[in-house]
Amino acid sequence: MTDIAVENLQITFPLYHGNARSLRKSLSKTLGRTLNTRFMHDNRDRVVVQALKGVSFTLQPGDRLGLVGGNGAGKTTLLRALAGIYEPVGGSVTVRGSIGTLLDPELGMNMDLTGRENIRLRGMFSGLNKEQTAQIEEDVESFASLGAFMDLPVNTYSSGMMVRLSFGLATAIMPDVLLMDEWFMAGDASFRNRARARLENLVSRADILVLSSHMADVMADWCNRLIWLDQGQVRMDGPTEQVLEAYLGRPLEHKADAEKPEEAPPAP
Amino acid sequence: MARCFGAEQAYAAGHNGSIKSMPTLHKQAGFSIALNTMNSTPTLPDTQEERAAKKQPPLSAAPQHAPQPEGQPVLHLVPERGFSYFVHAAQDFARGFRHARLGLTLAWLDIRLRYRGSILGPFWLTATTAIMVAAMGVLYAYLLNTDVHTYLPFLTLSLVLWGFVGGTMQEGCGTFTGAARLIHAARMPYSLHVLRVAVRNILVFAHNVPVVAGVFLWFHVTPKWTWTLLPATGLWLVDCFFAVLLLGILGARFRDVPPIIASLTQVMFFVTPILWSPQLMTTGQAWLLLDPFFPLIEILRAPFTGDVMQTAVWPAALGWSAVLIIATFCLFARMRTRLAYWV
Repeated sequence: MTDIAVENLQITFPLYHGNARSLRKSLSKTLGRTLNTRFMHDNRDRVVVQALKGVSFTLQPGDRLGLVGGNGAGKTTLLRALAGIYEPVGGSVTVRGSIGTLLDPELGMNMDLTGRENIRLRGMFSGLNKEQTAQIEEDVESFASLGAFMDLPVNTYSSGMMVRLSFGLATAIMPDVLLMDEWFMAGDASFRNRARARLENLVSRADILVLSSHMADVMADWCNRLIWLDQGQVRMDGPTEQVLEAYLGRPLEHKADAEKPEEAPPAP
Repeated sequence: MARCFGAEQAYAAGHNGSIKSMPTLHKQAGFSIALNTMNSTPTLPDTQEERAAKKQPPLSAAPQHAPQPEGQPVLHLVPERGFSYFVHAAQDFARGFRHARLGLTLAWLDIRLRYRGSILGPFWLTATTAIMVAAMGVLYAYLLNTDVHTYLPFLTLSLVLWGFVGGTMQEGCGTFTGAARLIHAARMPYSLHVLRVAVRNILVFAHNVPVVAGVFLWFHVTPKWTWTLLPATGLWLVDCFFAVLLLGILGARFRDVPPIIASLTQVMFFVTPILWSPQLMTTGQAWLLLDPFFPLIEILRAPFTGDVMQTAVWPAALGWSAVLIIATFCLFARMRTRLAYWV
């Protein structure tokens, strides 16, 4: 039985190093308008940013949860918290089942190694034996169709090849719970069609999918439940259509418009 | 902070981690997947269609189990309190060492990549050491008024050992900051990154061993009390792991640590008896034991050079190691879950 329970999850980032740290730069850039509410001082008078403030939800098998919200609303942080990368500062996260993460396109790949070597490393990390790794290698090779580039260092790849490789690799190992960030929509159109077929196959077999995206059509197609995150809090939680309409501020009928990536909605 | 009860049992329980409740999916597929991943139990995409495409036999005979909740990895994370800090730090070590093969491969690849495209490759290290030893050995033997035949083997071993200490300390600072991408990509034991850096430095050290061996052969030096070499090497390995962990944590939290360590290493190089034999000190040799590096170097060096070791050297080495290990373990237990936020 696969399930996810998140209770009153609190995630706060310490900002130790002032401007020297890119974290603060990027956070204050994206959160500029919410500075007053998100930055606070903790009990030791350090500046911390509250990335998630009391998020609670539970997911059952078959749930396809979409996370929507503006930049810096806490979508990626929530995905990382579900993956167990950021452990909670308050509250709890419980995930029953194996977890697969597609959080960033590089997937922790080593840019100086060849595509094939990266596949083998990942197989090793996932505890696969030789035959299984070979099977994955073959699978990724046929999907990514990199040809001779499979044996060249990853940093010689074009960005499209990079996405193809990492996407193929990330989707080659099948988890119970699949956590996906929005980057995988970045490829070109022909790749997206192929990726979509592969991903749909994967998504249909994962017990639980948690997906963060700006693309309304992706959300409408793949999710049966949406959580709208706003400034680290759940602003709305419910069936896809309902939340999406409230989020976009218009009825869902305009599907053609929704093809374009949606930008963050104006803050209320 | 992780309280992963269940997760450990799941890892121990074996292969039934991801059996699906949906009977049409042959996810288990008859082969066992080692459950030693932090990430989860992976299963390969092997629907009937895909298998057919790959001309593999259909897996209709694959066993279909009912869902086994106790066999599934469970990740339960709550803020740590009390004893759980230490339990989870120990679990992190256990999982890290279960991934030892991956740590080893990563370390080896690091070395290979660092010297890719160079002619001598990692043997540049060997050449550098050989040249330095030859130049310094002759000069300092003259300056210190000692016999080259005893001084050069001493210096070679000292320099190679110190090269390992200094290199490990310097690279230890970047253990977690250097692995930030991996840390943010998936959940994995932090000790794996420590293992990677430790093994990498041991491999670098191994490239310098031929220089030591060559000098020893040239000057007909034979190790004396060889049995003490075994515990000494063991202590070095343990200390190496914990030193990398300690500096990795400090380096992730305070960005000033690498330059501080660099200057500290330089000072210690001259203060510790590396270039000079401790026997040169006529009085107050015991003060040297306050330098943590001296007893550790001495337990590994004295058996080769035949130096007369102070009786307090081994207790001092063990004492300093105990301080390092206990302090590091407590710090790691306390800060483990913060590392992902820092890097």
